[in-house]
Amino acid sequence: MNDAPALSDHPVDAARPGLQRRRVLFLNSAGVRFAAIYTGLLAISAGALAMFLWWATAGLLDRQVEAAIRTDAQGLAQRWEEGGVAALVLAIEDRLAGNVDDDAIYLLVDPRMQPVAGNLSRWPAAVQRTDGWYELQVQRAGVRSLAQVHRYDLLNGYHLLVGRDVRNRAQLRDLLTDALLWAMLVVAVMATAGGLIVRSLFRRTLANVSATASAIAAGDFAQRVKLSGRGDEFDQLAETINDMLDRIARLMDGVRQVSNAIAHDLRTPITRARTRLEDAAIHAETPEELRAAIERAIADLDDIVAVFHALLRIAEIEAGSRRSAFKQIDLAPLLGVVAELYEAVAEEKEVRLLLEAPPHLPAYGDRELVQQAVANLVDNAVKFSPSGNCVGIRGEARPTGVAIVVTDHGPGIPEIDRSRATERFFRGESARSTPGAGLGLALVQAVAQLHGGELRLGDAGPGLEARLLLPASERAAHA
Amino acid sequence: MRILVVEDDKDVAGFVVRGLREAGHVVEHADNGRDGLFMAASESFDAVILDRMLPGGIDGIRLLETLRAQHNSVPVLILSALAEVDERVRGLKSGGDDYLTKPFAFAELLARVEALARRGKGEGPVTKLAVADLELDLLSRQVKRAGQKIDLQPREFRLLEYLMRHAGQVVTRTMLLEGVWDYHFDPQTNVIDVHVSRLRQKVDKPFPMPLIHTVRNAGYMLRAEGT
Repeated sequence: MNDAPALSDHPVDAARPGLQRRRVLFLNSAGVRFAAIYTGLLAISAGALAMFLWWATAGLLDRQVEAAIRTDAQGLAQRWEEGGVAALVLAIEDRLAGNVDDDAIYLLVDPRMQPVAGNLSRWPAAVQRTDGWYELQVQRAGVRSLAQVHRYDLLNGYHLLVGRDVRNRAQLRDLLTDALLWAMLVVAVMATAGGLIVRSLFRRTLANVSATASAIAAGDFAQRVKLSGRGDEFDQLAETINDMLDRIARLMDGVRQVSNAIAHDLRTPITRARTRLEDAAIHAETPEELRAAIERAIADLDDIVAVFHALLRIAEIEAGSRRSAFKQIDLAPLLGVVAELYEAVAEEKEVRLLLEAPPHLPAYGDRELVQQAVANLVDNAVKFSPSGNCVGIRGEARPTGVAIVVTDHGPGIPEIDRSRATERFFRGESARSTPGAGLGLALVQAVAQLHGGELRLGDAGPGLEARLLLPASERAAHA
Repeated sequence: MRILVVEDDKDVAGFVVRGLREAGHVVEHADNGRDGLFMAASESFDAVILDRMLPGGIDGIRLLETLRAQHNSVPVLILSALAEVDERVRGLKSGGDDYLTKPFAFAELLARVEALARRGKGEGPVTKLAVADLELDLLSRQVKRAGQKIDLQPREFRLLEYLMRHAGQVVTRTMLLEGVWDYHFDPQTNVIDVHVSRLRQKVDKPFPMPLIHTVRNAGYMLRAEGT
């Protein structure tokens, strides 16, 4: 039956829309457009060059001839004024005799248009007016030639024709015209070739980007746009795209890490809550016991909610959407409020809080987030500080920005753990016994990164020194 | 008090309505935006508890904006699962008076909605607050109990002021954090408890009758015993 071909057609049909989408119409191609622009620009500039050449050579010759004729005529007019027809005739003959190049043309005619002197046999019929230039064929000593002439009317009805033989100039003009036409042709060929090259370059560069994008769309996240190494605009674009891809990859890693962490770290409290409820449902004998179990389970759930809340908040900060709330802030009062908030807790633990800050500490950022970050650092410091010790909160203005340094003299974080301490859910050995989910430093790190700053963990010998670096001004933040 | 609950989730709505009724309030319930808007606009309530994502074509924000456009100034507490800071800002900008994210503790909701409903009935600016024999003068920033002057630090003064302004009402820890410290996040440590206990040392300890009471699973309440 006909079933087989129909079946084999099917995949082809399915693939066709994709192909059509990829085959860009010739005229819609940006490459063609760029090539056309390139060709057009080349043609225009070549044309402009040709015009200039023309004007500079042929035009110059024209102007020189005209100037010579004018000077000639002026001289002759002077002779006419001095000595009348006789002097003029003499002058013309003189000039013709002295004309080495044999290119001068003179003709003096009487009122009846009969030649009186000069090297033309008769007055050319075309020359009627005195206010323009004529270019005409003349018969001179039996040879046809091209002449540029001007007519001057003298008193008593005499007319004078002064001109120059421009045969050579005409030849030069022909030569130039030919050369320019050939040049235009070459330009056209080169422009087309160049256009095609531009188009294919354009295509190849885009193909690189689009191949990378398709590979990533297909799931291969390791792909990056290849750099040509020339450091040109396309390389800059490729670098920008690669940076973007790196950031996306980092975010995806973050998401993966968080989902793993949720799976592992939230399982424990959820299990605990569930066990409590099930245990109470089976074993509770009095309403009081039941109520107590339920309340403990609610407390467990509240802890889980708090962890979720912290996770979402970190994700929100990392997504960078909070940058809209950035403005110039003063960290000095902010540190004061945080210190005051924790002072009571610290005092109860017999820990002294030492706040050290200049009267004004300008910074650029989101007040609420910075406040939360500082609060987290102080919270940690107070939590891990042994009683009888002190926790230092120091604000410093530096040329590079603002530093908030929180130090405690607790167990600190061993060097090998420091780089991991800002990961979500990371809890050091010494932190196992204290309450917390291991999200505090992750949030501080996220806040620091959002501000283009940094969180550095160091040794306070003994203890932890957490240094939060923030930009001092908007300009520093974008630098 | 008359409270309107606009919430489409049956379990949450049932729980909230029952809880509010047990606390002695008259409660109306709407399970979609259209009915909610109609009820809020046509009847008089002391407070509205409003979910953001509602069926019926009108979501919480639209409902609230419509209500405010009609110059209806009923206190509105937005109750939403949208917890991002920007969402919170959006909720408050469109006319919400308070924003509580889900999941929530009922005690927190009750305390906030009661505080909201009562806030609308302020008698104007006051210069003096008094509960039993405790007096707080907002102008001279002085606190006296039984005629005896009590020295408070500025923040302790503001904490006491907040408690006294909400005398007879439950005040939760997050309400104190927001109202006294302008903190909109939850510090993991119970910083508030320590501050309140320090305040107690000064305000309650030297006197026979305690005024600051701890409300289990909820927060604090300042009231004269027996009232």
